[in-house]
Amino acid sequence: MVSLVSFSKIMNAQEIIRSIEAEQLKPKLPEIYVGDTVRVGVIIQEGGKERTQPYEGVVIAMRNGGINETITVRRIFQGVGVERVFLLHSPRIESIKILRRGKVRRAKLYYLRTRSGKATRLKQRFDRAL
Amino acid sequence: MSVGILGTKLGMTQVFDETGKAIPVTVVQAGPCTVTQIKTKQTDGYSAIQVGFGETKPKALNKPLLGHLAKSSAPALRHLSEYRLDNTSEFAMGQQLKADIFTPGQIVDVIGTSIGRGFAGYQKRYNFGRGPMSHGSKNHRAPGSIGAGTTPGRVYPGKRMAGRLGGGQVTIRKLTVVRVDPERNLVLIKGAVPGKAGALLNIVPAKLVGKPKT
Repeated sequence: MVSLVSFSKIMNAQEIIRSIEAEQLKPKLPEIYVGDTVRVGVIIQEGGKERTQPYEGVVIAMRNGGINETITVRRIFQGVGVERVFLLHSPRIESIKILRRGKVRRAKLYYLRTRSGKATRLKQRFDRAL
Repeated sequence: MSVGILGTKLGMTQVFDETGKAIPVTVVQAGPCTVTQIKTKQTDGYSAIQVGFGETKPKALNKPLLGHLAKSSAPALRHLSEYRLDNTSEFAMGQQLKADIFTPGQIVDVIGTSIGRGFAGYQKRYNFGRGPMSHGSKNHRAPGSIGAGTTPGRVYPGKRMAGRLGGGQVTIRKLTVVRVDPERNLVLIKGAVPGKAGALLNIVPAKLVGKPKT
C-alpha cells in the first residue's frame, strides 16, 4: 500500500519534471539521422559581442534523451579530426541545417575515426527529404 | 538560526541559464509546511518553531500526534521538524510556509537520508584499491592487512572495514537555488541531493562558518 502511494507520487513527479523540461524544449528541430552532413550555427561570445559560428560535418552519433538530446558531429579540420557534441535544445545552438543525407548501416559511425581520406566518404541517399 | 522548509525530492533534470549553459538541477517539492508549534524560552527553554509536512490520512497517525496537530488546526501531517529561531514573533500557529521563502541565487544546505547500499565491501565503502585480477592472484576484493601481528595483537578501533553503507543522514552544503516556482511549490536546486526520488528533504539557508569573504 505504501509502495503504491509512493509510486503514484513519483509518477506525478515525472509529470512535473517533464513540464519544467517542456518550457525549454525547442518546438521544431529538423529530423536528423546518423550519417547526415549538417551545418550547425553555434552562438559564441566574443568580447561582449555575440555572433554565430557555423560548424559543418557528419553526424556520427545521436543520443536521445528529451532535453538532453545530443548529436556528435565529426569533420576533418586542417588534417585533424575534430568531433563536437551539440546539445540540440541548448539556446546556444541557433540553427541546424541538413546539407546531405548519408546512407549508413550503423547507429554509431565510430569506425570513421580510424579511416582517412576517400574511405571516410558516405554514400548519399535520396529517399529522405532535406 | 533561520527558517527552512521540508520537501520531497522529485528527481533531476537540467535547465539552461541566461548564457545558454545547461545546469543540472534537482527538482524539490518544497512545502507547503504548516507551523504546528511555537516554542518559547519561557515554556520550553529555547525558542523555535515546529513545522509539519506531508499530508496523510488521519488513521496513519496516532492519537497523541493528532491531538498535537489539532492545537494548530493543522491537517494530519506525516513529518515534523523544528527550526531554532531567536525571534518567533513573526510566526503564528497554523501559518503556511511556502517555497517562496527562498529566492533564486540563494545558497542552501540540503539535509536528507542517503541511499542505503546494504552491507558493502571495502572498495565501495572506503574506496580501497583492489588486488590484481590475473597473474595467479587470488586477492581480488579482499581488504589486505588490517594491522600488525603479535604486537599489538588486536585490531585498532576505527579500522575501516566492510559494513552497512548509506541510509544515514547526509547534509549537502552550499547548493545554489536556481529557480523557485511559488505556485507549484517547487524549488530547483543546482546539483544532486541525498536520497532517491520521493525522499524527504530538509532545505535550510546555508550555515556559513568562518569569516565572511571581504
